Amino acid sequence: MNWLPVKDDNRPVNLDLTKFHFPLPAITSILHRISGVLIFFGTAVLMWLLAESLTSEEGFQRVGEWLQSPIVKLIVWGILSGLLYHLIAGLRHLLMDAGIGETLEGGRRGAMLIIVFSVISILIAGVWVW
Amino acid sequence: MVSRVSGATNLGRNGLHDWVIQRFSAIVLAVYTLGLLGWFSVNPDFSYGAWRGLFDATWMKIATLAAIISLCAHAWIGMWTIATDYLTSLALGKAATFVRLLFQAGCVVLIFTYLVWGVQILWGL
Repeated sequence: MNWLPVKDDNRPVNLDLTKFHFPLPAITSILHRISGVLIFFGTAVLMWLLAESLTSEEGFQRVGEWLQSPIVKLIVWGILSGLLYHLIAGLRHLLMDAGIGETLEGGRRGAMLIIVFSVISILIAGVWVW
Repeated sequence: MVSRVSGATNLGRNGLHDWVIQRFSAIVLAVYTLGLLGWFSVNPDFSYGAWRGLFDATWMKIATLAAIISLCAHAWIGMWTIATDYLTSLALGKAATFVRLLFQAGCVVLIFTYLVWGVQILWGL
């Protein structure tokens, strides 16, 4: 397969992503990918907190103190948000694998539900972190 | 050339195999995540003893290791999908294959680090 444009192809190409209109399912789809990359790297932070919290009573207290800092709270909330979004969008993927919500209308409704559920759970996570 | 190299760096034998691994690991990760979030909601302001006790339990070590292995497989497939979608010759020209292999090599190093680190956290303390 050749992905490079052919020289004598004069058809207009418009790949200006800033001018595209993205329907909601396209936005939830790209957010699923972005959140996946985020939590792939965010896992390092979570594993670091886990490792430190399990070393000793002092390590556990230290993690507790770190989590008092607004910057650390923001980072952890960011990772949790990515995780919750990815989880909810992923569960919806599994539902679609089972044949639920595969129509055009179902796709739009599913995308809307992802936004609703993830906004609610991300807000709850924010309250929990703070 | 491009498709042959991308086809050699995926995790499973083929796309369907990757699809199954991605779904299976997703279910393991979802159950583990919901379980851990459930534990946090039942045990707000937990002590070191309770936290340590949770991760000292054999069943929790098994579940955590299963989650880490699932994460490794899931991340491999996901990062492969993204790399082969965006780091293409259309976006990067001739350097695409090299850049993508470099990116994927970095991902594999991080994945392997997570695996070893996870085992160390669970058993090496």
